[in-house]
Amino acid sequence: MTSPLEQKKIKIAGPSVVTANRTWDGIVVYRTAAKSWSADLSEAAIVRNSDEAKALLAESVADDVGAVGPYIAPVQVGDDGKVEPGNLREHIRRTGVTIGQPAQV
Amino acid sequence: MYAYDEIDRTLVNERVSEFRDQVKRRLSGELTEDEFKLLRLQNGVYLQLHAYMFRVAIPYGTLATSQLRALAHVARKYDRGYGHFTTRQNIQFNWIKLAELPDALADLAKVGIHAMQTSGNNMRNVTSDQWAGVAPGEIEDPRIWSELIRQHTTLHPEFSFLPRKFKIAITASDHDRAAIKIHDIGLRLVRNEKNETGFEVLVGGGLGRTPFIAKTIKHFVHGRDILSYIEAILRVYNQYGRRDNIYKARIKILVHELGIEKFSREVEEEWQHIRNSSLQIDDEVIEDIRSRFTYPAYEKLPHMPDELRQAAADPEFEAWRKSSVAPHKVQGYSIVTISLKPIGKPPGDATAEQMDALADLADKYSFGEIRVGHEQNLALPHVAKRDLPALWKALDKLGLATPNVNLITDIIACPGLDYCSLANARSIPIAQELSRRFANHELANLIGRLHINISGCINACGHHHVGHIGILGVEKNGEEVYQITIGGRADENAALGTLIGPGVKFDEVADVIEDVVEAYLALRERPDELFMDTVKRLGVEPFKERVYATR
Repeated sequence: MTSPLEQKKIKIAGPSVVTANRTWDGIVVYRTAAKSWSADLSEAAIVRNSDEAKALLAESVADDVGAVGPYIAPVQVGDDGKVEPGNLREHIRRTGVTIGQPAQV
Repeated sequence: MYAYDEIDRTLVNERVSEFRDQVKRRLSGELTEDEFKLLRLQNGVYLQLHAYMFRVAIPYGTLATSQLRALAHVARKYDRGYGHFTTRQNIQFNWIKLAELPDALADLAKVGIHAMQTSGNNMRNVTSDQWAGVAPGEIEDPRIWSELIRQHTTLHPEFSFLPRKFKIAITASDHDRAAIKIHDIGLRLVRNEKNETGFEVLVGGGLGRTPFIAKTIKHFVHGRDILSYIEAILRVYNQYGRRDNIYKARIKILVHELGIEKFSREVEEEWQHIRNSSLQIDDEVIEDIRSRFTYPAYEKLPHMPDELRQAAADPEFEAWRKSSVAPHKVQGYSIVTISLKPIGKPPGDATAEQMDALADLADKYSFGEIRVGHEQNLALPHVAKRDLPALWKALDKLGLATPNVNLITDIIACPGLDYCSLANARSIPIAQELSRRFANHELANLIGRLHINISGCINACGHHHVGHIGILGVEKNGEEVYQITIGGRADENAALGTLIGPGVKFDEVADVIEDVVEAYLALRERPDELFMDTVKRLGVEPFKERVYATR
């Protein structure tokens, strides 16, 4: 597998985070400023330019045991500082399927 | 049912132990994800949007009730209480934890189920007609040959690192329910003039980014030569397949680029080297496999039992019977399709409770056997006609008696952007909305046979290219946009649909499909002219005009 760092030049258009899936159970996680992973988007480290994004991604990729497949994803940061996913895919990853699940969770 | 022998059981159990060790090493950091990915894919484990997805094989679509209960158990214990039946006779669980996967595999291994070759660039689960062995007029049970190929290809080193994944489907009936023409190799059982059993071999079918309908490479290959002939095809593919470009790596591209004549010559040359080798199948081998398929001890029953005659007065029962019950090769019995397309629900999903209850019903009414079809429905293959009314009532209580088989709400849909990391757009909500729009049973019957297929990306897991109406979700400027095709079909007359015009937004899809259907109802020459026949007669233009005139 090609490292995400080698895949393409990292270019971001706005505030972004690094997200991945936790290795042991696969749940969606976000890289935090404390060099850890959190399931809570509000705890994610926000990057605002390509150099910051590249550094955060490199650090995330290095933690191969903690999480799988890290990549940079766009977010929206409100005036109140609240962080929301920047596209539908990330919205679904954060909040779950947009349909009712057949069985009660 | 096929009875596994000690070799099969040992293989499956060893595989579980091996994977348990691999998972342990991954979680400890001894294996990197790069190293582990290939290993997990060889055991049906993908990483999707929300979690790991675990795909389990249901070879040639046949399940024993013990196996269906084991799948229910996995759904309940390790997942969120449901599973999703796919378009290739597999079932997927969407929320499995990697740390618990070895235990789930071990539980499945107890009943002879595994996840080998459900992903990765190898020979995938061999699929077949879900009515195999019970369909009237069948040449012979295609599962015997499916099982032969399964045994030969499972973990075969030559087929484990192919340029891309490789799929085989087999049918033995004139009407193709296995969609063989959209597979890498499609096999149709036939008899030659000497009444010997063999195969018409088709090659190079497939959907995805570059769809092709398979072409006949040989009109008759004797049954004893089928392994060597398949191997010859695989060797030519292994030699020339495009490993440098994932988008051009499937055999369909090779067949297209070489041309069927040249490809066929290459295969023939290779075949002459190996056809008289140990790959030639002895009759005893086939007889041994045949003997391991057990068939029910059918009773001698009347064609029209009193129970069925009386139930015919109930219009709801009759609606279900007409939709879901098909003729069986044995008098007094029927094949019952169980729709996994309840109105407004995700196509192909079944809860653990439904699976358990279905297993009970299969024990009671179908000699303990269940089938899985590529249309994402299930079937009970051996139901006595006298039991149909009781079965219908029981299915209805489970929400599994929707009388919509082969109708417009019997929609095939991939998991789409709600689950899949490759998807660009959602599929299931589109299917749900269409299902609600056409929920009226009288309307659905008025429309008649009409298959809608939905894919959430160009990889085409929902087989949109071959839907009578195909819907492909793409992403454009951050929005979900859907392209509509009409005129595709996946049966013995397989064809690719034609795009009717520019893509439409998520909220407009159901309106557009309503327009297409209204156009069909207005254009058809008589009530029994099916949608496909109208499209064939008139082409796409009248439909295009109807859809885009006001948009």
